[in-house]
Amino acid sequence: MAKITDAPLPAEAGPLTTEEIHRVLEIPLWQVRMRLFWRSLRTNVGLFAENPIGLVGLGLILFFILMMIAHPILMNTVWDKNTYDPVLGFDTTIAFHPSAPSATHLLGTDPLGRDILSQLMWSTRSAFFLGLMTALVTVIIATTVGAMSAYFGGIIDTFFMRLADIVIMTPLITILIVMAALFDLGIIHLAIILGLLSGFGATTIIIKSQALTVKVRTFIEAARVAGGGDRHIIVHHIIPNLMPLAFLYMMFGVTSAIFIESVLSFFGLLNIRMSWGLMIHTTEYSGYLLDMSKWWLIFPASLAITLLCAAFYLVGRAFDEIINPRLRRR
Amino acid sequence: MRRYILRRLGQNLITLFLFLTLVYLLLDAQPGDFGNIYASDPRLTPTQRQQLRANLGLDRPVLVRYGIWLGNVVRGDFGISYSNYPRKVLDIIAERAPRTVILFISINILAYYIGFLMGKILAWRRGTRFEYVSTVVGVGLYTVFVPWFALMMIWFFAYTLDLFPIGKFVDPVLWRDSPVDANFIFNRMLLTALIASLLLLGWSLFARRLNPGQRRPVLWAGVAVVFAAIFIFWWSTGVGRFALDITHHLVLPIFTLATVNFAGIMLLTRNSMLETLREDYIMAARAKGLPEKVIRDRHAARNTMLPVATSFVLAISFVLDGGIITETIFSWPGMGRTLLIAAQAQDIPMVIGALLFTGILALLGHLFADILYAFLDPRIRYA
Repeated sequence: MAKITDAPLPAEAGPLTTEEIHRVLEIPLWQVRMRLFWRSLRTNVGLFAENPIGLVGLGLILFFILMMIAHPILMNTVWDKNTYDPVLGFDTTIAFHPSAPSATHLLGTDPLGRDILSQLMWSTRSAFFLGLMTALVTVIIATTVGAMSAYFGGIIDTFFMRLADIVIMTPLITILIVMAALFDLGIIHLAIILGLLSGFGATTIIIKSQALTVKVRTFIEAARVAGGGDRHIIVHHIIPNLMPLAFLYMMFGVTSAIFIESVLSFFGLLNIRMSWGLMIHTTEYSGYLLDMSKWWLIFPASLAITLLCAAFYLVGRAFDEIINPRLRRR
Repeated sequence: MRRYILRRLGQNLITLFLFLTLVYLLLDAQPGDFGNIYASDPRLTPTQRQQLRANLGLDRPVLVRYGIWLGNVVRGDFGISYSNYPRKVLDIIAERAPRTVILFISINILAYYIGFLMGKILAWRRGTRFEYVSTVVGVGLYTVFVPWFALMMIWFFAYTLDLFPIGKFVDPVLWRDSPVDANFIFNRMLLTALIASLLLLGWSLFARRLNPGQRRPVLWAGVAVVFAAIFIFWWSTGVGRFALDITHHLVLPIFTLATVNFAGIMLLTRNSMLETLREDYIMAARAKGLPEKVIRDRHAARNTMLPVATSFVLAISFVLDGGIITETIFSWPGMGRTLLIAAQAQDIPMVIGALLFTGILALLGHLFADILYAFLDPRIRYA
């Protein structure tokens, strides 16, 4: 990360004249910040691009985003709504469903006569929504709680850390199976529950340990000497330094959220219109689960789950190698 | 060390209590209650309905009901399962818990052993093609959609190659005229496994004291003797083929879940080992001219163990979750599948029982991890 001191100075060496110092000081603060941001972004992008693993992950994510964007366009131009709707569509021209991949249905149809490709593309939306929403809730809670318990210590710290201990031990899917069976869970409820559980769980502990190392740095002391209040120090000095780590755990959070949603809808427990897990669930209750001659019923959805999870995980790992200097090759 | 373990034990008991409270409140918050179903007969008058609800204790405040329930739980009374009507919940747990416990233990042992071994080698061979391929496979296994992976395993090993049964706990045709029931055999198998592992542990501790030349042959001779003894014992009892049948059903679920779980441990060990390899004492060991294998196994790997042991705490819930999926896919009649079916059938007493079992299993795992940590970390061991 670039240092504040070396940012706004002109490139040429030697002592500065008075005019030059004035000129430097006249640059508005936001410009300095933008320039700093741009510089650190460029270094980090450079580091990221060196790593093939991260690029593969990013490519996969872009591919899924493309699928997500393409679906409404295809629905409005090429695809007939009655045939290709992911939930209600039915192809009347084919006698037996599930039908094998053909020119009209590139990935075939499911046992209820719906187009698999359309379902696959449509489900990308809910997967992204769920993953990002969960990750956002997780990170907001984890950074706030982590920063607060590191900064204040004492009873706040003890309380949140014991809470995190309990949450870590709770098997998420087990609890969610019970909750999904008893309550009517939609995708947004699931996102909030998952975000809360992982926000108060492992992520908090990791972020707190990072916050502890930030807390003892000299600039925190300087801010306190300058008269900064607790709130100011946490919001403006501690939390910005936790952001890279928080972003990293956002990536891992997306992976687990998509996975858990898929498992739950595979068991048929979620109130959801269409998702990859539900596609496999449909295959299961139609009895085609082990019939490999009907591979298009189970492979596309399962591969999509696996690949999207892997994509976020890979991006997270590549990011980890950037922000964690001990993992760098050099 | 004893103080540390006692303190952790106390903390775990508090955690268990909080977990119980959480479970009760969660199930209490569900829309409707058992009284609505029980007293839903339209011929009942409102007064009769009130009476029925009062008899069930549903008219009392939540805290009172919670107190009664907690008292019952402490006395080991979880009530009667609705979906297996006359059977007691505790009875069902006693029948099915060992099957989940054996999955849990063997998966953890296998996954940690292989994962640690592989991770160690990966870090050591950083930059080679082997490392690259293994990392890709590891990430693939770590993020694979477990139900699909389990299905593929069934399809390949059980359906195409016909090496293992497709699912379930026993083969009903074989067991039709067996003299004893499956649980009788299974519990004795567990006992055998326990005794055997204790014997092997004792023997390996004994073998460690010998000089390096004798160590390996003596160790392997002991292992061979123990396995031969198990084989002869089961063969002589006459129910050996039933035990073999259960073992046969056990292989594929364990293999599947261990494969999924070892990847995470491998990746973690690799990272942790890479950090260790940068330490000065590794360079010192190299400078002394120690053989590569000794540096890897004695100097680097020993210090890598600590973060990996910590990860065990995080992995417990992961394995338990994976257990539910695996048990469901393999129709393995353990606690995970019981929980799923009970939750779908709204069988509340069974759900509570299964959740409590899962919680206790997680806590025991946690306690084990604490003890392991205390043992591995000299700062705690000698404190």
